[in-house]
Amino acid sequence: MEQNIANQEFAELAEQKLLSIEDLQVSFHTYAGEVHAVRGVTYSVEQGGSLAVVGESGCGKTVTVQAVMRLTPMPPGEIKGGKIAFNGKDILSLTEKQMQSVRGKEIGMIFQDPMTGLNPTMTVGNQIAEAVMKHQRVPKHEAMERAVEMLNLVEIPNPTVRASQYPHEFSGGMRQRAMIAIALACEPMLLIADEPTTSLDVTIQSQILELLQSLQDKMGMTIVLITHNLGVVARLARNIVVMYAGKVVESGSSSDIFYRPAHPYTRALLQSVPRLDAPSRKELASIPGTPPDLFEPPAGCAFAPRCKYSMKICLEHDSEPISVGDGHRVSCWLHHDANPNRLPVELYGGGGAHD
Amino acid sequence: MTDEIALKIDNLKKYFRVGKRKILKAVDDVSFEVRKGEVLGIVGESGCGKTTVGRTVSRLYEPTDGTIIFDGKDITKVPEKDLLWFRRKLQMIFQDPYASLDPRMTVGEIIGEPLDIHGLESGQERTDRIHHLLEIVGLSREHANRFPHEFSGGQRQRIGIARALAVDPAFIIADEPISSLDVSIQAQVVNLLTKLQEERELSFMFIAHDLSMVRHISHRVGVMYLGKIVEIAPSERIYEWPLHPYTKALMSANPIPDPNIEKSRTRISLPGEVPSPINPPPGCRFAGRCPQAHDRCREEDPYLEELEPDHWVSCFLY
Repeated sequence: MEQNIANQEFAELAEQKLLSIEDLQVSFHTYAGEVHAVRGVTYSVEQGGSLAVVGESGCGKTVTVQAVMRLTPMPPGEIKGGKIAFNGKDILSLTEKQMQSVRGKEIGMIFQDPMTGLNPTMTVGNQIAEAVMKHQRVPKHEAMERAVEMLNLVEIPNPTVRASQYPHEFSGGMRQRAMIAIALACEPMLLIADEPTTSLDVTIQSQILELLQSLQDKMGMTIVLITHNLGVVARLARNIVVMYAGKVVESGSSSDIFYRPAHPYTRALLQSVPRLDAPSRKELASIPGTPPDLFEPPAGCAFAPRCKYSMKICLEHDSEPISVGDGHRVSCWLHHDANPNRLPVELYGGGGAHD
Repeated sequence: MTDEIALKIDNLKKYFRVGKRKILKAVDDVSFEVRKGEVLGIVGESGCGKTTVGRTVSRLYEPTDGTIIFDGKDITKVPEKDLLWFRRKLQMIFQDPYASLDPRMTVGEIIGEPLDIHGLESGQERTDRIHHLLEIVGLSREHANRFPHEFSGGQRQRIGIARALAVDPAFIIADEPISSLDVSIQAQVVNLLTKLQEERELSFMFIAHDLSMVRHISHRVGVMYLGKIVEIAPSERIYEWPLHPYTKALMSANPIPDPNIEKSRTRISLPGEVPSPINPPPGCRFAGRCPQAHDRCREEDPYLEELEPDHWVSCFLY
């Protein structure tokens, strides 16, 4: 009975949102033991939205979207539980064949390293045309025309010439544009961008972000952006999910996270980055210690050992997500009703940004 | 910080031959100075020559032309075998804490090696010094017997810092020391570097691509583009009043973690990408991408001029 209600709720959730991830758990089996990389992640993004998933290396942000694309290497990976609903489909129950028509056609993905994402032995034009022909019944020459159009769309100069060149003839920024062209060739509903600008210079990063913004406006595309760069997040995202040690610690709108951060980790993260508009040589608020080992994840809150507010309960039990505002949820005992010293979110102070 | 000069570089050039009649001008006529106890930041995008400047100044590369005055001596003329004193006074911290530590040496051996090379402490004193250095950088003495692979990125960078400090240098060149680290760990390492710099009155060249980080840690910032310094100024000034069109563009491309500011910012977007430093065309190196370029920029080389005290810019607009 309970199961049915849960399923029904999930179905409702899936109806409203383009992508919903519910209590996802992914582990990797290694010689040293089982790594609990994703430990119950829940987040969703609505049609036309832009969601940024923020966190440091190893927090599980990439593993989560790999599961969405069903690209988790198995073995050693294993999806231990949870559900993923995309566009009304139950992603985790699709066959590999069904999944192939989702990948590329309905969900496009761009990766961090544009060099390894492209095939060095194929011209860029052929690689885009391949994506088109895979999902649409069009003859080769039409697919090639489409490839040139796509290169034009991502603002590569001389698209006809460029289409017949190989990836090594492209610079880093151009390669990333080509990757975006492949990802968008079939006009997917959802674009997952995993650290799309991390390996690029800032002026090129700025160009790519501008391109993504204009493509989103033009095509009404939904974007999930995975990054550790808070500046990029501030520029592109409407909603933000903050992850730490395989869990979502806080989620909310961009203003919630930047101006009313509720989780001590979110606040510390915001305060630890130097800002161009802040005075020089002021000590940065650093977070002591390092993230926990996910071979044996802690019983309580994973951030507790590094948290200056941590209480006894933090080390023993992890908090469920608590609502601290419209659409703003945080997993932290500080905000629990049972905490006698609970303060409104505003009183904890901002994360360095001012509303 | 004093007005005494720790390092003065004049017309430094480093060219690489890359095939017949092709010359890569990685550093082309660069002049600047670093005062004693000062942190000079060098910022620029990949291929701008910032790393080559650092390596040429430390004589890891032989300069093609120009002078490097360190402690009053021109070290470009000194043969390698007489450079030991210089190698002790000037130490480097490298970008990749995974590649810059020998995986087969224990941390104690890594930190102790410079002491042996320079014939400093030995025996118990040497051990004590290694332990002391580990504690200075926030590690513990027990770590001396472990190997680099047992440490995280941030901890390895601390080991690299301890090694650089072992021989009591006066000058440190740090080339992208934090860019491979996670955000929360970056802040730890930057705070450590700033604290050590102040306590030991070290002179510092901090080379990085991240303008906000460079501005944060430096007293003065030099901006490089394609082998040249285009602007150099106190770090507060370079933010308040950037003059060179490239500095302005770099500044505006750098996102600020604040959505309201990001929404209202006007951005200067640069067309195209950094051109190749092989056989560059005459005139200003930035002319091809500069929104304000005019004819003179494509014919003549601009040179650094002091527009206000301590603020130098190389642009015909001024």
